[in-house]
Amino acid sequence: MPQPIQLKDHEKDAVLVRRRVIVGLVFVLLLIGVLVSRMYYLQVVQFEHHSTLSENNRVHVQPIPPNRGLIFDRKGRVIADNRPSFSLTVTRERAGDWKTVLDGVVEVLELSEEERGLFEKRVLQGRRPFEPVPIMYELSEEQIARIAVNQFRLPGVEVAAQLVRHYPQGPHFAHSVGYVGRINEQELKQLDPVNYSGTHHVGKTGIEKFYEDELHGQVGYEEVETNARGRVLRVLKRTDPIPGKDITLSLDLDLQEAAEAALGGRRGAIVALLPSTGEVVAMVSQPSFNPNLFVTGISFKDYGELRDSIDRPLFNRVLRGLYPPGSTIKPMMAVAGLDAGVITPSSRVFDPGFFQLPNVKHKYRNWNRNGDGWVDLDLAIARSNDTYFYDMAHKLGVDRMHEYMTRFGLGQRVSLDMHEETAGLMPSRDWKRARYRQPWYPGETVILGIGQGYMQATPLQLAQATALVATRGKWIRPHLARSVGSEAPVDHDPVPDIQLRDPRFWDYATHGMEQVLHGARGTARKVGDSAAYRIAGKSGTAQVVAIRQGEKYDSAKLAERHRDHALFVAFAPVHDPQIAVAVMVENGESGSGVAAPVAKQVMDAWLLNEGGVLKPEFAPPLTAEGKKP
Amino acid sequence: MSGNFDRTLSREDVLRRRASLLQRLHIDGLLLVLLLMLAAGSLFILYSASGKNWDLVIKQATSFGLGLGAMLVIAQFEPRFMARWVPLGYLAVVALLVAVEVVGHTAMGATRWINIPGVIRFQPSEFMKIIMPMTIAWYLSSRSLPPSIKHTAISLSLILVPFVLILKQPDLGTSLLILASGAFVLFIGGLRWRWIIGAVTAIVPIAVAMWYFVLHNYQKQRVLTFLDPESDPLGTGWNIIQSKAAIGSGGVFGKGWLAGTQSHLDFLPESHTDFIIAVLAEEFGLVGVCLLLLVYGLLITRGLVITVQAQTLFGKLLAGALTMTFFVYVFVNIGMVSGLLPVVGVPLPFISYGGTSLVTLLSGFGVLMSIHTHRKWIAQV
Repeated sequence: MPQPIQLKDHEKDAVLVRRRVIVGLVFVLLLIGVLVSRMYYLQVVQFEHHSTLSENNRVHVQPIPPNRGLIFDRKGRVIADNRPSFSLTVTRERAGDWKTVLDGVVEVLELSEEERGLFEKRVLQGRRPFEPVPIMYELSEEQIARIAVNQFRLPGVEVAAQLVRHYPQGPHFAHSVGYVGRINEQELKQLDPVNYSGTHHVGKTGIEKFYEDELHGQVGYEEVETNARGRVLRVLKRTDPIPGKDITLSLDLDLQEAAEAALGGRRGAIVALLPSTGEVVAMVSQPSFNPNLFVTGISFKDYGELRDSIDRPLFNRVLRGLYPPGSTIKPMMAVAGLDAGVITPSSRVFDPGFFQLPNVKHKYRNWNRNGDGWVDLDLAIARSNDTYFYDMAHKLGVDRMHEYMTRFGLGQRVSLDMHEETAGLMPSRDWKRARYRQPWYPGETVILGIGQGYMQATPLQLAQATALVATRGKWIRPHLARSVGSEAPVDHDPVPDIQLRDPRFWDYATHGMEQVLHGARGTARKVGDSAAYRIAGKSGTAQVVAIRQGEKYDSAKLAERHRDHALFVAFAPVHDPQIAVAVMVENGESGSGVAAPVAKQVMDAWLLNEGGVLKPEFAPPLTAEGKKP
Repeated sequence: MSGNFDRTLSREDVLRRRASLLQRLHIDGLLLVLLLMLAAGSLFILYSASGKNWDLVIKQATSFGLGLGAMLVIAQFEPRFMARWVPLGYLAVVALLVAVEVVGHTAMGATRWINIPGVIRFQPSEFMKIIMPMTIAWYLSSRSLPPSIKHTAISLSLILVPFVLILKQPDLGTSLLILASGAFVLFIGGLRWRWIIGAVTAIVPIAVAMWYFVLHNYQKQRVLTFLDPESDPLGTGWNIIQSKAAIGSGGVFGKGWLAGTQSHLDFLPESHTDFIIAVLAEEFGLVGVCLLLLVYGLLITRGLVITVQAQTLFGKLLAGALTMTFFVYVFVNIGMVSGLLPVVGVPLPFISYGGTSLVTLLSGFGVLMSIHTHRKWIAQV
C-alpha cells in the first residue's frame, strides 16, 4: 500500500500534468489553426494563381550555367576560351518512350550501335526531372538540318547551343593548363549538385582542375512557364549566373614555343621559372597531346593511341616524372657541406679516380676513372667530381643530408597550384626502416652525395632547388597563376627561407656553377663559350638501368630507351639571376652535351633581344660593366 | 472493508470486463477506429500518388498489418514492465547508435543503418523515437515534480547523447523529433515556465552571436537556404515551388481522386513519401486536408485524455510525450510541404509511404493503449 505522503504527491502530480496537458492541447489547436489558414491561403486566396500555373502551363526552373573563366598567358594571349557549339539534347520526361526516340536519332543521323549505347548511358546520367541531357556535341550543319526535318518524330529532342571549352594553343599547354571533360559519376558525388546543375564539364587536370572553383562561377536560374509540349512561354523570374574568374598565367607563349623548339622533337621536360617571384614561365613535357580531344569526349581509338604510345604523351614529366637528380644536386650538397662545416671553400680532397669507405673494399668510382688529383670545392663543382662529394657525403651523414635537402624542397610538393605534382623522395633512416625494414647502410650515404640511390626528384623540384641557390635561400613556391580574377594567389603554407651560418656560402656554390660553363675545366664550357651573359649551371645524368660493379657504361651496347637521361639545371645572369631552368632530356645521355644547350636556348629566348644581346632590363648596371673575374 | 463496498466494486469490475472484448485485448476502441480510418485513407492516396502502383499499395498494406500486430503485442505489456526494462533498452540503443557511427552502413550520403548482410538492416535511430520518451518518463517518474535543476540537467544530458549521435549521421529531422520527444516529457512533467522562457530567450542572443562571429559565409548561405528554401529553386526549393502549386491548384474541393496533374507528371518529387500531403491537397482540396487534420486532432485529443486518465506518473508522462511528439510529426510535415517551415525529412504519419515509420508509430500507439488498458480499478478508488 502506498504511503499517505506519496498519495498526496500523486494528487499534486496529477494536477500538474493535467494543467500541462491543457496548455499542450491549446498549442495543438492553435497550430492546427495555423495549418488550416495556410492551406486556406494557398487553396482559396491564391487559388487562381496556382491553378493557372498548373492547368495550362507548367512551371520550370532552368539552371543557367555560368561561363567558365578564361585563361590567358602572361602577355594576355588566350590559352583557354569558350566556343559556341551545337549539341543534341534529350529530355527524358518529354520524349515518352525515350529509347525509341534514341533509335530514331541514330537512324536519322546514321550513327553506329556503339554510339547509341553511349547516348543511352548519357541520358541515364540526367540528374533532375525535365533536364535536357546533352548526348552529342559538335553537331555539323547537316546533322542540325536532319534533326530539324525529322523533329516531328523525335519528341524531347532538341538542338541546343552551348559554350564548350576550347584550347586555341593546342598541345602547348596540355600539361600545365590541363583540360576539362564531361563530369563523371564519381565527380558528380563530390560536386555541389545545385551549382553544377547546368554544367556538364569540369576541370580534370592542371590549372583547370586546381582552380575549378574559381573558374566555374555561380549558377543562375530562370523560372519559366512552359506549355504541355515543353515550349517556354515566358520567363517568370531570372537570376543571372556569376561567370567564373579569368586566370592570367605566368606562362609565356613565346618562351614555351622556344623551349619546345629547343628540345627539337626529343622526349623530355623543361621548367623555367623566375627566381625572384616563383612564376613559372615555361613548362614543357614532350611529347604532348591535343587537349581539345578530351573536352567533348575522346573516342576510344584516339584515347587508346595516346595511352598506349611508347612515348607516353599523357605523362606529365615535369610534375610526375621522377628521376635521380644525379650531379645536378651537387651545388645544393656543397651549400649543405659548407653550412654544416664539414668542408670549407679551400679544403681539398685527393681523387685517385675512386672513393673508398674505411675498411671497405668497394670502390665508388669517379666518372673520370683517371682521377682529377687534388680537388677543392670550386673544381669539384666545375668538374662534377664524384670523389669529392662521396667524401663530403660520408662526413655529412644521411641525417644532415636529409635535413638540408628537405629544406631545398626535395621529397615534398613544392608548387603552389599544380595539382598533379608528386612529392618525389628524399630518403632518410626512418623512411628506409618503414619502407624496407632495414637499417641505413653507410654506402647508401656515399652515393646520395652525388644524387644517386633512393633519391628521386621531379624537374620542377630541381628547378626550384636551383632557383633557391639563385635567390640565396629565399623560398617562394613555384606557381602558374599570376592572378585569379584580380587577385594574386596566396600561399597558405609558406616554406621558411633557408638561413645559412654565412651567406657567402651561396657565393661559393654559385661560383662553382659558373665555372661549369665558364671555367677552363668546366664540364659545359662549350655551351658557356657561346653565351652572351654569364650562366651558373650544373649538369647531371640519371641512370635508367643499373650498371654492375666493374662494368663499364657503354652507350653503344644499350638500347636507345635504356640510355641515361640527361639533366641540366641553370640560372642566369649570374650577377642578377632572372631565370632558373631545369632540363631533362629522356635518354639524352649527356647532361652537359645535350641538356645544357637546351637550357641555354631557353634562357637566350628569355634574356636576349633580336640582336642577340641582353635585353636592357636584364643588363648589368653600367658601373659594373665588364667581365667578372 | 465492508461487504457492500466489496460487492459494488466487483460488479463494476465485471461490468467493465464484460463491456468490451477490446478491453480484454488491451485495445482502445476509439484509437483503433481512427487509426484504421487513416490507414484506409493512406492506401487510397498512395494509389494515386504512386501512379496506380498496386505493388506499392500492397506493400504499404502489409506494413500496416505488421504495425498493427506490433501495436497489439506491445499493448499487452504492462507499463510497469516497460519501465523496468527501459534503462537497459536506452543503453542498448545508444550503443547501437555508436556502432552506426563506427561501422554503420552509408546510403545516400548518410550513415544511418546497421547492416548485417543477409540478416537484417535497420536504423537504430528509429527505436530511439520510442525509447527516448520512455527513458525520461522513467527517470522523472520516481522524482518529485516539477523537476529540480539537477534532475532537469540529467534529463537533458540523457536526451542530448542520442540527439548528437543522430545529428552526426546526419539526420536532422529524426534528431529534432527525438529531442522533442524527450523535451515533451519535461514539459508535461511541469518544467518551470521561467526556465522554458529563459531557455528560449537565451537561444536568440546565442544564435545572433553565432551568426556574426562563428559562421562562415558559405554556412550562412546554407542556413538561409534552409530557412527559405525558395531562394534555392534548383535544390530543395524546387520541391517547395512544385508542392505549393500542387496544393494551391486543388482549391476547396480538389480535382478529384486520380485527377491531380501536378503530382502525376513527375513534377513533384517524393510525391508518395514526404510530400504526399500535396497530392491529397491537390486531389481532395481544402476539404480533404481539413478532414485529415480533424482525424489527427481526434487522435491527439484521445492521446491527451489517456494522459490525464493514466494512473501512474510514468504512464502520464509517457502518454503525454508520445501524443505531443505525434503532433510535431504532423505539424512539421504539413508545414514543410506548404512552405511554412524549412525542409527536414519528416514523413506524414500514417499517410506517407514507408514501412519503418509506420511500425514505429503504431508501436507508439501500442504503448498508449497499454497505458490506458492496464489501469487498476482498485487503485482508482
